[in-house]
Amino acid sequence: MNKATRVARVETIKPGDKLPRRAFKPDNVQSMLYNAVLWNGHRIHFDEPYARNVEGYPGLVIAGPLLGDWLHQCVDEWLGGEGTLALIEYSNRIATYVGETLYSGGTVTACRPESGEVELDVYIENETGQVVTPGTALARFPGA
Amino acid sequence: MSGLLSDELLSNIGRSAPPQRELVTRRDIRKYAVATGNRQKKYLNGDQAPPMFHVPLFWDIVELDQLTPDGVSIDGLLPKFPLEKAMAGGLRIEYHQGIFPGDWLTATRTLTDIYEKQGRSGALIFYEVVMDVVNDDQQLVVREKTTRILR
Repeated sequence: MNKATRVARVETIKPGDKLPRRAFKPDNVQSMLYNAVLWNGHRIHFDEPYARNVEGYPGLVIAGPLLGDWLHQCVDEWLGGEGTLALIEYSNRIATYVGETLYSGGTVTACRPESGEVELDVYIENETGQVVTPGTALARFPGA
Repeated sequence: MSGLLSDELLSNIGRSAPPQRELVTRRDIRKYAVATGNRQKKYLNGDQAPPMFHVPLFWDIVELDQLTPDGVSIDGLLPKFPLEKAMAGGLRIEYHQGIFPGDWLTATRTLTDIYEKQGRSGALIFYEVVMDVVNDDQQLVVREKTTRILR
């Protein structure tokens, strides 16, 4: 991709632009595979009787970093290889459970075409519209 | 500052865990991309690691008898805090370079801060751990700061 095209992309971005929203519905298999890949043996993520009866959760807890990964994917897909994710900040505020449908999305909050920098608000939301994992990100487009 | 944080506790600020050096493999990238529901071919094929791949690459591997009954490994970097109930914390991750199969990366975790704040229902302890991931040329690849809150 030539420099002119890259500059064109960042120049088309405006504050208020929405990042595509995506639904996630992780099941027991995905939860197990994710925690296995991490080597995370925390039982609240795969042992449902333990999660319910010992820890008192309503189901298997979705691992916090998985929600963080979905924020990254939201930005990374939107960048489409034309820019890079330079910085992300987020926090897991509300627990989520296997069986819930969760949504990722975001909004452009600032755009500086002269430096190629774009600031974003990103979120993971649950079915009731609560933001469970809010975050901010900084993306950089080269060639500016 | 109240008396929750003793000088002895605060003296742990600046402590680092032993550096951990790991090899990035195509297979591990593919497993991570699949497990996270990634949709991009370059990650699913393992040609490049998606952001956050440093999380599985450097998750602590301990022997079974070092796990607590709920399956959690104890973080040897942390001192014993006078408050223990963990609340939501936050992450701040800087990305400086891409990660590719064949890369050798080294992570060093440092306890960079411990401080106290007054919350609505009492004292809170905050601590920060910074993990720097560098390549074999000592160039910074990823810097992750975790802030955790105890009440």
